[in-house]
Amino acid sequence: MSIDWDTVLAAIAILGLAVITVISRAFFMIPERELPLPDWLKRGLKYAPLAALSAVIAPEILMAQGQLIGTVMDARLPAVLCASAYYFWKRGILGTIVVGMAVYLPLHIALGW
Amino acid sequence: MSRMAPIARTLRHPSYRMAMVDMAGTAVGIGAWGLVTGVVMVKSGMSVGMAVFMSLVVYAGSAQLAVIPLMAAGAPLWVIWLTASCVNLRFVIFSSMWRSYFAHLPLRQRLALGYFSGDVIYVSFMQRFPEPRPQPEQVPYFWGAATTNWLAWQVPSLIGILLANVVPLSWGLGFAGVLALLGVLLSLLFDRATWLATGVAATAAIAAFALPLKLNILVAIAAAVAVGLLIEALEKHRQHPDVVLVPSTAALPPEEKRRVAAGDEVPLREEEHP
Repeated sequence: MSIDWDTVLAAIAILGLAVITVISRAFFMIPERELPLPDWLKRGLKYAPLAALSAVIAPEILMAQGQLIGTVMDARLPAVLCASAYYFWKRGILGTIVVGMAVYLPLHIALGW
Repeated sequence: MSRMAPIARTLRHPSYRMAMVDMAGTAVGIGAWGLVTGVVMVKSGMSVGMAVFMSLVVYAGSAQLAVIPLMAAGAPLWVIWLTASCVNLRFVIFSSMWRSYFAHLPLRQRLALGYFSGDVIYVSFMQRFPEPRPQPEQVPYFWGAATTNWLAWQVPSLIGILLANVVPLSWGLGFAGVLALLGVLLSLLFDRATWLATGVAATAAIAAFALPLKLNILVAIAAAVAVGLLIEALEKHRQHPDVVLVPSTAALPPEEKRRVAAGDEVPLREEEHP
């Protein structure tokens, strides 16, 4: 039985990725003793989650093919506006997704925006 | 049986169910994103078996999406791993917050908690428990959120892998994932500092988009932390300190001393007339 080298390599890559998942997400929980962090950094880190989220979604909303979009005829813009408006009205995430997709899908599929 | 008892107790805990309810709305968006990731894995040329293995073992949406094209192109292992590490750097920052809640648990449990944590779990947990100190209901709450997140991701991801040629990517279903994260983000914005920090992060992420290894996310975090701290400092500076009269003979109590040192208070000694 021959072993496909590409398959072995992919499996090694995937196992390594799993180790990276564990180590990065548990990083500061791994040592038994607390690593001292300066006080200003601890206060500043409370801005990290919202920064990470906006850094992940801003390019998904405002960019196409690595460029800032140059048109307002993009289905994502009205969808995000309506979804945000719904969120501030009702404060529900499920409704935010439903409203956003209800605006996005027709514009995107039918009009090709 | 004794090994199963703590698990059963966690599953029956009211906080476990509460977390599932908190996560239910976001789960729809996570599911759409999982579905797209599953499809993308197979469309990139990965075999179905390998894609299932990757989804179940790696369990990291943004890192998977970043490395799939690299793996398809046959990039060297170190490039694949370095890219995934950089995409995951935000979780390193989150883990310093997790520590305040879970440091007392044994190492094996801390690693398990880390593996199953994600952006959305982090946000709903921190909203439920803003005070960074351990409470008994936090562990069941975490597992309730983690179970929901795992199912919401893995089930659609496996469906996407199996039905890769039927699910039309051109519809843009993955946009539901973006909308879920948008809802989570909006729930974090409540004052000038958080709004400004978000605006700065979004601008920085777009401006630095051309950086390799998704380092724009890290640039955005650094910029937002700096701006957040700056606004806090400015608002403190604009606030006028209170003038407090203090008897000339008495020493300042430690609490007042702290307030004076922080600039919130100016002590004024009262003159004594014999």
